[in-house]
Amino acid sequence: MPSTPSTTTTTTISTVGPPSRRNTELALLAFAVILPCFAYANVGLALDGEMPSGMLGYGLGLGLLAGVGHLVVRKFAKYADPLLLPLATLLNGLGLVMIWRLDQSERLARLAKAQGFTFQASAPNQLLFSAMGIALFVGVVIFLKDHRILQRYTYISMVVALVLLVAPVFFPGKFGAKIWITVPGLGSIQPGEFAKIIIAIFFAGYLMVKRDALALASRRFMGLYLPRGRDLGPILVVWALSLMILVFETDLGSSLLFFGMFVVMLYVATERTSWIVFGLLMSAGGAAVVGSFEPHVKVRVMAWLHPFAVYDTPRPSWATTEQIAQALFAFGSGGVFGTGWGQGASDLIQFAANSDFIFASFGEELGLAGAMGLLLIYGLIVERGMRTALAARDPFGKLLATGLSAGFGIQVFVVAGGVMGLIPLTGMTMPFLAQGGSSVIANWALIAILIKISDTARRPAPAPAPSTDAEMTQVVRP
Amino acid sequence: MNKPVRRIAIFCGLLVLALLIRDNWLQFVQADELKTHKKNRRVDIARYSQPRGNIIVDGQAITGSQETGGVDFKYKRTYKNGDMWAPVTGRSSQVFGATQLESIYDRVLIGDDDRLFFNRTVDMITGKGKKGGDVITTLNSKAQEAAFKGLGDKKGAVAALDPRTGKILALASTPSYDPSKIAGANDGEAWTALDKDKNQPMLNRALRQTYPPGSTFKVVTAAAALEDGLYKDVDSKTNSPLPWTLPDTVTPLDNEGNLPTCKDGTLREALRISCNTVFGKVSADLGNKKMMAMAEKFGFNNKEIFTPVRVEQSVYPKDNRPQNAMAGIGQASNRATPLQMAMVASAVANNGKLMEPYMVDKVRAPNLNVIETHQPKEMSQPFSKKTAQQLQSIMETVVQDGTGQNGQIPNVTVGGKTGTAQHGVDNTANPYAWFISYAKTDNGSPVAVAVVIEGSDTDRSDIAGGKLAAPIAKSVMEAVLKTSK
Repeated sequence: MPSTPSTTTTTTISTVGPPSRRNTELALLAFAVILPCFAYANVGLALDGEMPSGMLGYGLGLGLLAGVGHLVVRKFAKYADPLLLPLATLLNGLGLVMIWRLDQSERLARLAKAQGFTFQASAPNQLLFSAMGIALFVGVVIFLKDHRILQRYTYISMVVALVLLVAPVFFPGKFGAKIWITVPGLGSIQPGEFAKIIIAIFFAGYLMVKRDALALASRRFMGLYLPRGRDLGPILVVWALSLMILVFETDLGSSLLFFGMFVVMLYVATERTSWIVFGLLMSAGGAAVVGSFEPHVKVRVMAWLHPFAVYDTPRPSWATTEQIAQALFAFGSGGVFGTGWGQGASDLIQFAANSDFIFASFGEELGLAGAMGLLLIYGLIVERGMRTALAARDPFGKLLATGLSAGFGIQVFVVAGGVMGLIPLTGMTMPFLAQGGSSVIANWALIAILIKISDTARRPAPAPAPSTDAEMTQVVRP
Repeated sequence: MNKPVRRIAIFCGLLVLALLIRDNWLQFVQADELKTHKKNRRVDIARYSQPRGNIIVDGQAITGSQETGGVDFKYKRTYKNGDMWAPVTGRSSQVFGATQLESIYDRVLIGDDDRLFFNRTVDMITGKGKKGGDVITTLNSKAQEAAFKGLGDKKGAVAALDPRTGKILALASTPSYDPSKIAGANDGEAWTALDKDKNQPMLNRALRQTYPPGSTFKVVTAAAALEDGLYKDVDSKTNSPLPWTLPDTVTPLDNEGNLPTCKDGTLREALRISCNTVFGKVSADLGNKKMMAMAEKFGFNNKEIFTPVRVEQSVYPKDNRPQNAMAGIGQASNRATPLQMAMVASAVANNGKLMEPYMVDKVRAPNLNVIETHQPKEMSQPFSKKTAQQLQSIMETVVQDGTGQNGQIPNVTVGGKTGTAQHGVDNTANPYAWFISYAKTDNGSPVAVAVVIEGSDTDRSDIAGGKLAAPIAKSVMEAVLKTSK
């Protein structure tokens, strides 16, 4: 008896698709909003002995922003990584609480008065900037239909990045670095934060096109593969230019960040370890040259090696600030469990307690436990970005995701490492935590791009066209 | 491209790991060191965030705390009669740090001492703020007052001991300063004024300044002679010529004035009128080694005397023969603190037993539980009881019938020795007037005193010590005798 042919089709791809994890994201978001609310209450109770009056508005504000972010992601990036948005929201929320807490510092208020300017609360501004950041996030998620569109703007990106980097030269410097553009009425912008993203786009776009040429069309020289000048030239020029500008503006943190991003992306694009070797050699050379010529850098290195020299008598001429020593004291006084929200004295670091040194403020009030938690959140964001890169199907997306997340990681390392005295302090902002508009807005844009890439990466492959093979074979009867 | 991405991911993980390790290093391993670093302002902020415990004399607090309304420091230290008590309390300044008892017992006073752990825990549970413990001193406020008033506007110091136990009864130093005036956060000007004052008001002369002891050192020389058996007793002839030339030199050693009885005089007579020739010769005969050994038994050359405030080292150095002979009359390179000379008098008064001087009797927790009690300790036995009695006998002669008559107290046995120490280049500066003494009752001796007055402009005679310093010693002794009944 002939067997009856099967009428069911079997394919390995289910039509339901992988779970979108949007509800996971929502649950995590709720947590990321509630936690800062508790922190806020905690600060109020510690400082004034009562619940802070703005609690409800603050909680609603953060909740609203997170809610909008979530809805937009749900609608326009359904398959996006569910961790990125909640993690960023949590950091932003905690940063707001810490900034608000430092706004209450009588010590800072008196310091400002003594130095002749009026003390301004930073938290309301920061909330505004966060809203603008989320707005940009929403804009990117909605209007950036596909991250690959960015590829078209490779060379425009290069120009924009260079312009952004050059611009601060024409504006007055602050605190020894020329990294601000001052717009009357609006305050100052740090274009470097935005340049970080744009230059990653340029690197990704360029390297994607040239990767084969860079990797293969190379000459062997002393055991290393050197690419042809016409392949490497443009990117090397851009990188060197940006580096020079940054050194000129004494924005050391950003130089380090750009350099790191450059090496990482080159390595990922070409898969050649020799780039790492080159990178290390070049950075060592660069560091030596800059370190010996640039007095600003020398000061930073000395201050890193001898953080307490500022208290010596006679005081060495390069010991101009006690901020690093104060930050180390803050960490030490925090100990394992911290002093508790609102009960530390990290405002002794003075005006940078809520910006460059905000991580030290967290270290003091939340202790080793809290600081490690924050570092792990950062680590998680970076690794989710890397995961996105792994999952991305197109080389541009892979490169961009790697560049952005590695850049994010390097920035965290440079800032936190500098504040903790692990490496010389170079002055960058702790993403999302630190007070400062450009940083918050730019980092929200960064998260938005990662979310878009992860959405594309995790989106189920389109159902295959109905296969003719699966149709019943027609039996031709004689 | 996944392989390099994975490696980059690992690299980023390592960066975070490095941060985590560094964080652990800072906040766990190094935390205590950073937390207590002397430049970490949080230490001071915590120290002045609540009223300090008090330093107590005769049941009364001589310190207090006052709310300041400042940002960093909520309370500041106040002192009652600060000028008088400054050599005892030291200071606790928000800007310039703490000294002496304020510094040594800082952890008790701010309530951080480990022995207050139970208190702290209870307070934490019941929600009360941290409280400091109290330091109860051995001082006698009447004696202190007598000493401080006696010194008046003269520059000098007084140290008084209870010879039986070593309790410090008075510790005065003038000119003095009020530590209240430099306790706060904005007292820089007062500090500069005090710091620049050439009279050094912040110097604790009773414990931290050494002076040439002058003739008062002759008591030590006499003790060395008797212990060595150089003379049978204090009433035997000493076989000392007049004039007498310093050994190995042609320089004659003069007496202050024309003192014919110094020729071949007994130790009693020599101490009574303070013969330099006799004691110079005794010191020369005994030699540097024996003199130094005796001085060291009294506490000279000892850097480790803590009351618990550190006492400046009194010295009796190795020296050549003429210098050693001069040291025997307290006029060479040997130097002594007022406390050291009070210890000499107290060893004599206590029959040869020298008790360790101390000024903190008890330390108690905020709930009044005593957490530390000082037991009197014997420091050394410089000489025998027999020698002690002979020394007492001649020191009492000095007061009854000699240079120390200003130290007499009716119906009380008092022994003493005057001194006028020359100093300055070629002895041109005004001399230091010294007087050491003790008083005796039926229960042994309750008080031994040393008084030194710098730069007195009185005549440069040996009487200066008797004239200037003895009345102060007398009033201190009287105060102790009155209150110890």
